[in-house]
Amino acid sequence: MSARRIFAGPVRLAAIAPYLWMALFFLVPFGFVLKISLSQTAVAQPPYLPVFDLTEGLAAIKAAFAAFSLDNYRLLVSDNLYVLSYLRSFVVAAVSTSILLLIGYPVAYAMARLPQRWQGIAMMLVIVPFWTSFLIRIYAWINILQHDGLLNQILLALHIVPAPVVWLSTDTAMYIGIVYSYLPFMILPLYATLAKMDPALPEAASDLGASPQATFWLVTFPLSLPGVGAGCLLCFIPILGEFVIPDLLAGSDSMMIGQTLWLEFFTNKDWPVASAVAVVLLVLLVAPLALYDRLQRRQLEAAR
Amino acid sequence: MAEELATSEPPSEPLAAPARPAPVADDIPLLRIDAVVKQFGGFRAVDRLSLDIGAGEFFALLGPSGCGKTTLLRMLAGFETPDEGQILLDGWDIGKLLPHERPVNMMFQNYALFPHLSVRDNIAFGLKRAGMAASDIVARVAEMVALVKLDGLEKRKPDQLSGGQKQRVALARALARRPRILLLDEPLAALDKKLRESTQAELMALQRRLGTTFIVVTHDQDEAMTMADRIGVMDKGRLEQVATPRQLYEAPASRWVAEFVGDINLFEGQIEPRDSRLAMAPRLTVTTRDAGTVYVAEPRQPVTRTSVCVAIRPEKVKLSRYGPAPNTDNAQAINRLEGVVTDVSYLGGTTTYRVKLDSGAVLRSSMANTARIDIDAYSPTHRVVAWFTPDDCLVLEQ
Repeated sequence: MSARRIFAGPVRLAAIAPYLWMALFFLVPFGFVLKISLSQTAVAQPPYLPVFDLTEGLAAIKAAFAAFSLDNYRLLVSDNLYVLSYLRSFVVAAVSTSILLLIGYPVAYAMARLPQRWQGIAMMLVIVPFWTSFLIRIYAWINILQHDGLLNQILLALHIVPAPVVWLSTDTAMYIGIVYSYLPFMILPLYATLAKMDPALPEAASDLGASPQATFWLVTFPLSLPGVGAGCLLCFIPILGEFVIPDLLAGSDSMMIGQTLWLEFFTNKDWPVASAVAVVLLVLLVAPLALYDRLQRRQLEAAR
Repeated sequence: MAEELATSEPPSEPLAAPARPAPVADDIPLLRIDAVVKQFGGFRAVDRLSLDIGAGEFFALLGPSGCGKTTLLRMLAGFETPDEGQILLDGWDIGKLLPHERPVNMMFQNYALFPHLSVRDNIAFGLKRAGMAASDIVARVAEMVALVKLDGLEKRKPDQLSGGQKQRVALARALARRPRILLLDEPLAALDKKLRESTQAELMALQRRLGTTFIVVTHDQDEAMTMADRIGVMDKGRLEQVATPRQLYEAPASRWVAEFVGDINLFEGQIEPRDSRLAMAPRLTVTTRDAGTVYVAEPRQPVTRTSVCVAIRPEKVKLSRYGPAPNTDNAQAINRLEGVVTDVSYLGGTTTYRVKLDSGAVLRSSMANTARIDIDAYSPTHRVVAWFTPDDCLVLEQ
C-alpha cells in the first residue's frame, strides 16, 4: 500500500518516462524498419511498396498486409555477400575485443594501483581524446598510416624497414583504428571494478601463501569478471555494427555489415533489403545484450 | 575435538615454512623485533621499536589511531618492509620475506573473506597453496569448522553470513595453516557490543587451547585489558610501556600512559625535602598548586626529579560528607581535599562524581554502586571531603 502511495502522481510519471522514451524512439522506429523490411522495392516515393494509406479504409490495409513477404530475408540467406558480411563483422568484433581486453586490463590494473591523486589524472588522460571529434581522430590516423605518413617516416628513420610499409586500407589499419577508438570503453568499466576492490583481498591471498601470480588468477581476476564482461560487451556490440572505421581505414575487398547496410541503403537505394539487414543484425545483437543483462543482474545480486 | 588438536598435533608446526636454522639457544624468544624503523615519506610510522614476544603469548598492541601499531602488524605479516632493524622469528630474520613466504597468518580487520568463494573454499585457500593433499585439506577444514562452530555453513558465500559468522570464518581461515603467530587486526571492531564480549572470551579460550601466539592490534583498551597477557602501549611509533594489564593500570610508566589507559586525576607539583617528623613511613611530600600538599608512598624506583606529577585513579578517591570515618587509620587518610560536587554520572555499576575543589581544580571520583538504594549518594552542590591514601598515589616523572 505504501509502495502504491510512493508511485503516485508526478513520481509515477517520472517512472514511466524511460518506457515512453524507449517506445517513442526505439520501438516505433523499429516498427517502421520491420515493416519496410517486409516490403518490396519500387521506383516510387518512398521507394518501396506497399504503403499504408489510412484514407482508403480497412480493406486497403488488409491488402497491404497481404503484400508483405519474407523475400528480402530469403535474399540475405541466399546471397553469401550478406552472410560473409555478418561473419566478418563478428570476427572483427571478437578479435578487436580480445585485443582491447589484453591492452585494457593491464592499463586499468595499473591505474587502480596508482596513488589516489594520480588516479584522477590517469582517468582524465583516458577520457581526453573524446574531446576531439571522432571523425577527426580517424582522419588523423589516415595521416599517420599513409604511405609517407608519420609511422612510415619513423620506421624508415630508425631503419626498421627498408621501404615504406602499406598500412592504409589494410585490416591492420582498421584494427588500430578500432582498438584506439574503443579503448576507453574497455578501460573504464575494468578500472571501476578494480578500483573498488578491497585491497585487503589480494593481501589476504598472499598472507595465505599465494604467490603474486596465484593471487592474481585466484582472487583479483575472478573478482574483476563483471568489469571484464561489461567492458567486452561495451566494445563488442558497437564494433559489430561499426561503419566509419572500416570504411576509412580498411581495404574495400571485404565489408563489415555496417558497410553493407550503407551500400544497400544509399548506393542501391534498396530500402527493404537494407531494413532486413538491420533487423537481422538487431536480432543477432539481442543475444549478447541479453547476456550482458544477465551478467549485470548477477553482479547486482553479488553486491547485495 | 579441539582439546585433541592441542595435544595430538602441536599447533606450532608450520605448514609452509622454508627450512630455517635451528635456534642457537633456548632463550631466544619466538619473535624479536629489533630496532625496527618504518618511514612513509618524512613520517616515521615506527621509530626504532624493539619488542620480544614469547611463544604462546597473547599480546596486545594498544594505541591511538596513527600510533604505528597497524604498520608494525603489517611488517610482521610482510605487507610492509622495515627500513631499518630486524624482525626475527626463532632467531631467523623474516623482515625481507614476502607475505606468502612467512609462517605467520593474519586476520584482517574487515575479514577480507573472498566473496567469490564458499566458507569451505575460503578456509581451504591457504591449505591448497601449501600443497596439502586433498584428503588432508578436507579433514583440516572440517576440524577448523568445528573449532569455530561453523557447522552447516560450509557451502555459504560470505555475503550470506552474519557479522559474527564472518569473523569466525576469518579466524578459521587464518588458523587453518597453523601459523607460528596469528596476527589479529582490530578483530572485534566490526561486531556489536554484546557479541564483542562473548567473542573476546571465545578468542581467549581458543588461544589457550591452541597455544598459538596471538598478536592483536586494537585501539580499545578494554579489549586489550580483557584478552591480553601483556600489552604494549604505542604512541608516535614508539612503545611507551610493555606490561601486564594490571601493571599498566596501576603502575603506568609515564604520564601519557596514565592518561591513555583508563581515567586518572593528575596534579603537578614539587617534591619537598624529606620531613624528619614523618620519617616513620617512607613517603614523599609533594606540594601541588591544585591539591595542596599530597603525601605519596615512596615508589620502588627512586625519583630523580623534583618536578613531578601526582596521579590518582578516580576509584581510589573516596568521598564523604565529613571526612574519613573515625576508625580509619589516620596515616592512611592523610590526603584530604574539600570541594563541591558539580556533576554526577550514573553508569550502572559505578557512579562518577566531579568535584570542584576549593583550589578551582576538578577531581574525579568513581564509586561502586554496591547497594541498589544508596541513601549516601551525593548530588550536585553537595559539599564533600575527598580523600585517598598515599599508597594509592603514583608519582610520574612526565
